Amino acid sequence: MLMRLSVIIIPALIFYIVLNGVLNKTDVYDAFVKGAMDGLKTVVTVLPTLVGLMIAVGVLRASGFLSMLGSVFGGLTEKMGIGAEFVPLVFIKMFSSSAATGLVLDIFEQYGPDSRTGLLTSIMMSCTETCFYTMSVYYMAAKVKKTRWTLPGALLATGAGIAVSMLMVLYL
Amino acid sequence: MLNYIWAGMLLIGILYALFTGNMEAVSNACLEYAESAVTLCITMAGAMALWVGLMEIAGQAGLIERFTRKLQPFISFLFPDVPQDHPARGFIATNLVANILGLGWACTPAGLKAMEELAKLEEERGTPGYGKADGKKRGGRAASDAMCGFLILNISSLQLIPVNMIVYRSKYGSLNPSGIILPAILATCCSTLAGVIYIKLKYGRKSGC
Repeated sequence: MLMRLSVIIIPALIFYIVLNGVLNKTDVYDAFVKGAMDGLKTVVTVLPTLVGLMIAVGVLRASGFLSMLGSVFGGLTEKMGIGAEFVPLVFIKMFSSSAATGLVLDIFEQYGPDSRTGLLTSIMMSCTETCFYTMSVYYMAAKVKKTRWTLPGALLATGAGIAVSMLMVLYL
Repeated sequence: MLNYIWAGMLLIGILYALFTGNMEAVSNACLEYAESAVTLCITMAGAMALWVGLMEIAGQAGLIERFTRKLQPFISFLFPDVPQDHPARGFIATNLVANILGLGWACTPAGLKAMEELAKLEEERGTPGYGKADGKKRGGRAASDAMCGFLILNISSLQLIPVNMIVYRSKYGSLNPSGIILPAILATCCSTLAGVIYIKLKYGRKSGC
């Protein structure tokens, strides 16, 4: 049912927007081309940030530093019945969504999606976003250097999400 | 801030590789990830052109204006200093709704445009660092309250139904793939609530970092 809905959402939106435009006598094609150009310009602005960020994540991951962090904190989570792989996942998720997805699939394969670790992973992934990735890409679009109180607030929200996921999995 | 995080990631990674002998992997990763960033951008370029193009049609036809008006109270609550008729409001509204519905391909373009519009708003206000002339002076631009709040909201995760996770779960043989919907909604609400409380505490105060 859900999957059906998500298949129809994009065509339905396009249909609605174009129909509405035609009914309002807008030059729909001209407008689209102008907007598309705007969108492409934004992508070009963001590309350098993306390259820089992805390289940093790649280096950190390939050096083994992230798995080391995982094994340091792993002992702690294992006492709660949660696999050691969960901790590096939390870190990775802050930087890259696709890299995190790779780890999630590893966890599902190893522990199963319905295990305690699998459940925690599913919920945590659903209630957090890629903090550093979003910040650097969005602030690049505004050409902002000083992020002021963004990071503390973002980490607070992320932390609250993780804490609630853990509470639910451990006690419910 | 981002300066130090980025430098830290690279320096720590390379030093750590020196001790663990993973230097070859690191060296490969540099090029591999640079390449995948470009691939990602090319993929994104299509979605971005499509979506911003559609947004332009919707904008010219007055659709966004009607739509934003409905969300006005909510946006005024969170971003009191963004003027009622400013284009940033339209993009903020679109981004938030796309986020809640989990339309990943639609929320990034709207989010990036919202950030650009919020920067223009500061430029119109003559905030130091936003003028065309003083781009390089005094260590660059500082984020406005609206930008901080908008990003925290985005990072607090707004997506109600984690469609991706449900798909992965069923692929790996979960007996109840969608069983996580309710806990996920609850966790998302908690993280967003924490974010909103923080935003309300900080907004409008002339504080530094």
